[in-house]
Amino acid sequence: MSTPSPTTITNGRLVLPHGEPAKGALRCADGKITAIGDVVPQDGDRVIDAKGALIAPGLVDLGVFAIDKPAFHFGGITRAALMPDQGVVLDKPSAVRFAAQSGKPDLWVHPLAAATKGLDGADLAELALMRDAGARAVATGRRWIADSGTMHRLLSYCAMLGLVVVSHAEDAGLTGAAVATAGEMATRLGLPSAPAEAEALAVARDIALAELTGARLHFRQVTTGKALDLIRAAKARGVAVTAGVTPAHALLSDVAIGDFRTFTRLSPPLRAEADRRAVLAALADGTIDVIASGHDPRGPEDKRLPFADAEPGMAGAETLLPLTLGLVRDGLIDTARAFALLAAHPATLLGVNAGVLAVGAEADIALIDPDKPWVVDSDKMAATAGNTPFDKQGVQGRALALFKGGAQVA
Amino acid sequence: MTSPEPTAAGRYPAGSAAFPHRDLTGLAGLAPWEILFLLDEAEQWVDLNRQPHKRDDRLAGLTIINAFFENSTRTLLSFEIAGKRLGADVVNMHAAQSSVKKGETLIDTAMTLNAMRADAIVIRHASSGAVRLIADKVDCPVLNAGDGQHEHPTQGLLDALTIRRAKGDFGKLTVTICGDILHSRVARSNIHCLTTLGADVRVCAPPALMPSGIEAMKVTPFHDFDAALDRADVVMMLRLQQERMSGQFIPSPREYRHLYGLTLERLARAKPDALVMHPGPMNRGIEIDSTVADLAGRSAITTQVEMGVAIRMACLDVLTRRARGVEGWA
Repeated sequence: MSTPSPTTITNGRLVLPHGEPAKGALRCADGKITAIGDVVPQDGDRVIDAKGALIAPGLVDLGVFAIDKPAFHFGGITRAALMPDQGVVLDKPSAVRFAAQSGKPDLWVHPLAAATKGLDGADLAELALMRDAGARAVATGRRWIADSGTMHRLLSYCAMLGLVVVSHAEDAGLTGAAVATAGEMATRLGLPSAPAEAEALAVARDIALAELTGARLHFRQVTTGKALDLIRAAKARGVAVTAGVTPAHALLSDVAIGDFRTFTRLSPPLRAEADRRAVLAALADGTIDVIASGHDPRGPEDKRLPFADAEPGMAGAETLLPLTLGLVRDGLIDTARAFALLAAHPATLLGVNAGVLAVGAEADIALIDPDKPWVVDSDKMAATAGNTPFDKQGVQGRALALFKGGAQVA
Repeated sequence: MTSPEPTAAGRYPAGSAAFPHRDLTGLAGLAPWEILFLLDEAEQWVDLNRQPHKRDDRLAGLTIINAFFENSTRTLLSFEIAGKRLGADVVNMHAAQSSVKKGETLIDTAMTLNAMRADAIVIRHASSGAVRLIADKVDCPVLNAGDGQHEHPTQGLLDALTIRRAKGDFGKLTVTICGDILHSRVARSNIHCLTTLGADVRVCAPPALMPSGIEAMKVTPFHDFDAALDRADVVMMLRLQQERMSGQFIPSPREYRHLYGLTLERLARAKPDALVMHPGPMNRGIEIDSTVADLAGRSAITTQVEMGVAIRMACLDVLTRRARGVEGWA
């Protein structure tokens, strides 16, 4: 691919790591950001008038299940960390190498190596070879590693290799075949359910092992107040633990599963209202570090089924940005923190030179109208399937243009 | 036995407003008069079913498909008899013989049944919510004959009819439901039905078989069976699946009987005339002793089966009235 011509984006509002968006411009050349702030276009530059839109870092989506370029580009996402739960599990260097190349040049895919062979939770996969083939972190997949001995060995090995371990925090023994959180709604619907404490149990064990081994531990989704309290306390005593969440668990409670709507069948399942509020509090106070889409498009063959028979997952890439900007509009977080959650923190976890507007960083840039209203419509999504729990909901905020490595891709 | 509370005009709105629903997928959310309307409608069929000539041809020419994706003998038979006594052409589809086993999706099966122009479809399925899913895809009334652990509305109605004919006004009654509440659609439909009609409902189960948040369904949970039975007017025992009595939920059948078996001794804690019910099939000697199950004048277990046919006739009649152009319903 030819190198994109130098570009200057003028007349925008720069989303910087701190403070409110500031009026200014940005120039990029050779795929990198070369100047920020009071920038004048140079001769021969392509000049783009942002017309007052936000100039923000492209989103870095930590933990997606499908490479769905149209959806990611719609959502302002320039990099996506791919979960190892693929048709061919990402548990070998060849699979990782293939995945790492699969989106380039206009979408960078960062494979997450399967922690164990076949994601069966028993035998460690070739983690060092996968790291050197392009894996940016290690993930346990959709499931928790139930065997504490295996998890201990995994964390100590990854601490040596300098790889973040991304864990799914649900105690499998307690969860069993559950598809909902125990409580009034699951009881009324007659759905197999498990106590929300399944999450705190898993988080407590994994934190203890991370503390023991010195490993970097990231929980992809933390959705309950009790688990967030454990993470808050661990952070306070200096444990290298971080937490993520999707907008669904911040904005929906298990009331949404009424009428057996399978688009709301998620893993972990939607929680009680008190836990949803705890997620919002943790987003505000810094306990949660990452907001991700969990993008998992599922067609009718997986979703047009009785609730418990349907596959979990949502198409989240298109709604990640507007729903997070909704938290800004609600006054819960400011714009700078929104993009820390959406870009800077996940980039740091993955060890990639992106996620912030800084001279020398990769020119992954989104032009965003944070106020543009639109209606989420499962029938008209860019994603390969429209399984959104936010169907027919009005939202605000839309990527107007997207640049990957200085080249416009959307 | 005669009904102590005869049908009273003015208890519910006239015509289709008395039951303004196309389907019967559950009892949750039904108004009291909607339930009473169905109970009152069933009374005539109780009478007819006791005649030597048990035939009314109001559903003549209509096709009713009983689509049972989960094994059933009693409920299927009851629906089949109900349809036939009303003159309908009744066809039974068993999942074991159907293409469902060949990987056809539930929706595809539903669309196939719909294309055969059934006038009503009765569905049983092992997954909660499956009947609602089908109902949204077909053009005719759908009756839920049991979906997973969600609802079994005709069972709730037939139990209410049985109770009303024996005990009268629900507002004065205490009903104790004991057994595997967690996995029971019968319990849920009964809870919705009886609380809506004003009864005081107690549920009794060991913690592992008691669903979380059940208090929100306006019932009082008990773990102690003796306490739950105290001065009860009705004792409804639920079947406990054999596979749940081998250590996973309950250590052994005899331990379950020790804590939750309805014996004559235990029954004495309820009111002297307390009614004994069980939706069947029974595990005699486990959740209910034979001496109790067969107690003349107290056990309503066979009456429940009898009321089942009448309730299902009432439901099939009411739900097909719009299509048949019955005055006030078309």
